[in-house]
Amino acid sequence: MTVKELCEKLGGKLLTQAGGDNDITCGCSCDLLSWVMAKGAPGCAWVTVQTHMNVIAVASLHDMACVICPEGLMPDENVLKKAEEEEIAVISSGDTGYAICCKMHEAGIMPER
Amino acid sequence: MTIYTEEFRVERGNFQEAGSASSKIKRTLKKMGISPAIIREVAISSYELELNLVIHSLGGTLKLSIDGSQLLIISEDMGPGIGDIELVMQEGYSTASESVRAMGFGAGMGLPNIKRHSHEFSIESELNKSTRIVAKYNLI
Repeated sequence: MTVKELCEKLGGKLLTQAGGDNDITCGCSCDLLSWVMAKGAPGCAWVTVQTHMNVIAVASLHDMACVICPEGLMPDENVLKKAEEEEIAVISSGDTGYAICCKMHEAGIMPER
Repeated sequence: MTIYTEEFRVERGNFQEAGSASSKIKRTLKKMGISPAIIREVAISSYELELNLVIHSLGGTLKLSIDGSQLLIISEDMGPGIGDIELVMQEGYSTASESVRAMGFGAGMGLPNIKRHSHEFSIESELNKSTRIVAKYNLI
């Protein structure tokens, strides 16, 4: 499933031009960047309430597909600019992190192994 | 014989730039055609080392060094040094501030994570002086 397809299923808003066609292979939800750095995976759709610059760095180093901001959270413009450069898609959704994970599971996106 | 080196200055407390040295290292390794599995391991180590420099050091450098068969990521700082290395290698131990923890760092996973994701790992430190950490990878 591509990021654009997931974004549609979530009823979310794709905040980046880049990364919409990235292929999603798994999902995770975590706000501890050290934890994600240790356990992240390529192609991951990562749900986090953290919206600062380092989220993009971690996502990029792991070749993740996208970052999903729950509850209408919006990263700053400079964070989105960095995401464009690194071709990491960023989605903002009005749903809670839990609801987003439920929808991802329904869409067939499994946890990272 | 060293065939390639690249060195980056890392500033204390500069979270805006944190991760940029690791991203550049990753791009360099991709261009060189290093295997994706090694690149992933190096990316994890270099990022953790870079963040440690930003969070805990007085500033320092992150260096990529490659010879024919080995790749090294070397972190050297200007202090303040580590008193008890055994303690900082324990998963879950951290001296990070509350504000750093609020950003999702400071879980005490950095150094054990680097050790886990490198082929050889060494750390030397002198309190009130400096710390030098090397993560080594065999390319062959």
